[in-house]
Amino acid sequence: MTETQPAPARDDPGRAVPAIELAGVEKAYHAYGETVAAVRGVDLAIAQGEFFSLLGPSGCGKTTTMRVVAGFEEPTAGRVHLHGQDVTGVPPNRRDVNMVFQSYALFPHMNVFENVAFGLRRRGVPKAEIAKRAGEMLDIVDLAGRERRRPAELSGGQQQRVALARALVNRPRALLLDEPLGALDLKLRQAMQVELKRIQREVGITFVYVTHDQGEALTMSDRIAVMNDGLIEQLGTPREIYEHPATRFVAGFIGTSNLLGGEVAEAGGGSAVLLHGPDGRIEVPVRDGVRVAAGERLELTVRPEKIGIGLDKPGDDVCGVRGTVTEVVYLGTSTNYNITTSAGADVVVFLQNATSADDIAVRGDDVWLSWDPRHSYAIGAPQ
Amino acid sequence: MTGVRGRLAPYLMILPSGLWLAAFFLVPMVLMVSLSLQTGNLIDGFRQTLHWQNYTDGLSTYGDKFVRSLWYGLVATVACIVIAYPAAYWIAFRGGRSKSTYLFLLLLPYFVSFILRTVSWKLVLTDNGPILGPLRDHGILPDGFHVLDTGVAVVSGLTYNFLPFMVLPIYVALERIDPRVVEAAYDLYASRLQAFLRVILPLSLPGVFAGVIMTFVPVSSDYVNAEVLGGPQNTMIGNIIQTEYFNNSAYPTASALSFALMAILLVGIFAYARTLGTQDVLEAARR
Repeated sequence: MTETQPAPARDDPGRAVPAIELAGVEKAYHAYGETVAAVRGVDLAIAQGEFFSLLGPSGCGKTTTMRVVAGFEEPTAGRVHLHGQDVTGVPPNRRDVNMVFQSYALFPHMNVFENVAFGLRRRGVPKAEIAKRAGEMLDIVDLAGRERRRPAELSGGQQQRVALARALVNRPRALLLDEPLGALDLKLRQAMQVELKRIQREVGITFVYVTHDQGEALTMSDRIAVMNDGLIEQLGTPREIYEHPATRFVAGFIGTSNLLGGEVAEAGGGSAVLLHGPDGRIEVPVRDGVRVAAGERLELTVRPEKIGIGLDKPGDDVCGVRGTVTEVVYLGTSTNYNITTSAGADVVVFLQNATSADDIAVRGDDVWLSWDPRHSYAIGAPQ
Repeated sequence: MTGVRGRLAPYLMILPSGLWLAAFFLVPMVLMVSLSLQTGNLIDGFRQTLHWQNYTDGLSTYGDKFVRSLWYGLVATVACIVIAYPAAYWIAFRGGRSKSTYLFLLLLPYFVSFILRTVSWKLVLTDNGPILGPLRDHGILPDGFHVLDTGVAVVSGLTYNFLPFMVLPIYVALERIDPRVVEAAYDLYASRLQAFLRVILPLSLPGVFAGVIMTFVPVSSDYVNAEVLGGPQNTMIGNIIQTEYFNNSAYPTASALSFALMAILLVGIFAYARTLGTQDVLEAARR
């Protein structure tokens, strides 16, 4: 099922050509004499066979970016390459990518088979082959036997799978999915996430998945680009993005994150030590690009499940911050603690309830928070 | 208590319209059917004689007028589709935020009285009018050329007068099409023409279907356009009915002609609905 494309490399013949490459893509809309920038300069290279997600809140430019790839929007600036070919300015019907629309956009006057066969018919594929390929695809999405149904006679989940089959049957070089699970209820959505991932492995086609749901993106993606305000904030694997949010926005958007600040006491050798409150000490690795100098303030993030709670001051090899417990919420598998540090920062801590022992601390207790310096992630000076 | 009221509510709601229809539609219809089978004259009075010849005589005498009415109706309806569809399409897909303004502009002439509009058409089409006059003066049209008092004048008047009944249902059908569905067609390699033929047109056919019914019936029974624009050579059945009723006081003949026309239109529309209004048309459009 995997497409074997001759794929002429553009610059480096030794390197695999990306399925999709965006170079400096910008898109602005003009309305009422005002110019609104939806996408403000996106550079991306999506590898063949990759499950790639564009993640961000509504209005961040993720859907516009996808529509630029599909050809529904022409970029105001920048180029779009599909398998090394510049397709900027090529209309959607002559681009080798297919789209799964948020509302599915099935043809209401056609039955399931005709919907799936639509693209193949437009390309003049012989009848017998259309029947064979559509049949195979309907098998993959588990809709065999429903060929004669109209979209209106199908459930939301089934319509969604028809939309998927209708796009995939054409064996596009990339499949673009615009919040395809948004209209489904939670149970179905979770089942479809697993299903989508299975289908993607089965057909081996590059998936570009647009979503505002971080859970969806983390579950399915090989890589994620987190977008905000028309720009990519961070691009990486789900683990990288979760463990090491590069910006304040990513830290806040993906999962729960604690934001802590402090004055830099010493810096150098790829790490810095911060003073937090009268007795708090935080060590943080410093990447290239984050400017750190002694005496300046620095902010960092640390995930709630990385923090431990103790009654005694931890050793100097870990980060230690003193605080007061303001809330304890028992959740069964874990317990959430809200703590205000001695410097006045609010911190959330998730502790797994590995034993049936009582909670480590109760409301009002003075405690020490500790974590491995590797879990501190510097994001720059406070805003 | 609420149960009884709940069960009565639907009937109470249709009561006013039911009474209205009974008083002003059903009763006159029965009276007219009865009248169409009577014989007599205005001075001696009319008597019920079950005179079916009123129908056969009417059809044989005015058969050509029936044919002409249906022919004019057909041509005007087709002309309405040809003019209305692109206009409705443009407003629905290209109208943007000003859709309702464009629709209003399209309907604006129809706020003027029907008679006045038709008479103004007469002024437009007259031999020395603003269109034909200059064209003839410049030698573009031959001296003997005229439009008024021809079938063309009647059909163009009918087309003009009934255009909104075609535009509105087509517009509504096009407006309801999800633009994403059209995008999906482009995404699946359809050219503009293919997207139109395979997706937009089939999805808008219900609107065309409704438009045809709403124009063909009133156009075929119209008499004002033929009266004002057609002259004595191009009368439609509506003119005959009018003359028989108001000028000749031949009430039974006029009634019989009316019912004959109604029956023909009903049969025609029914046949049309059976062949074109079903899924078969949509099925055919999908191939």
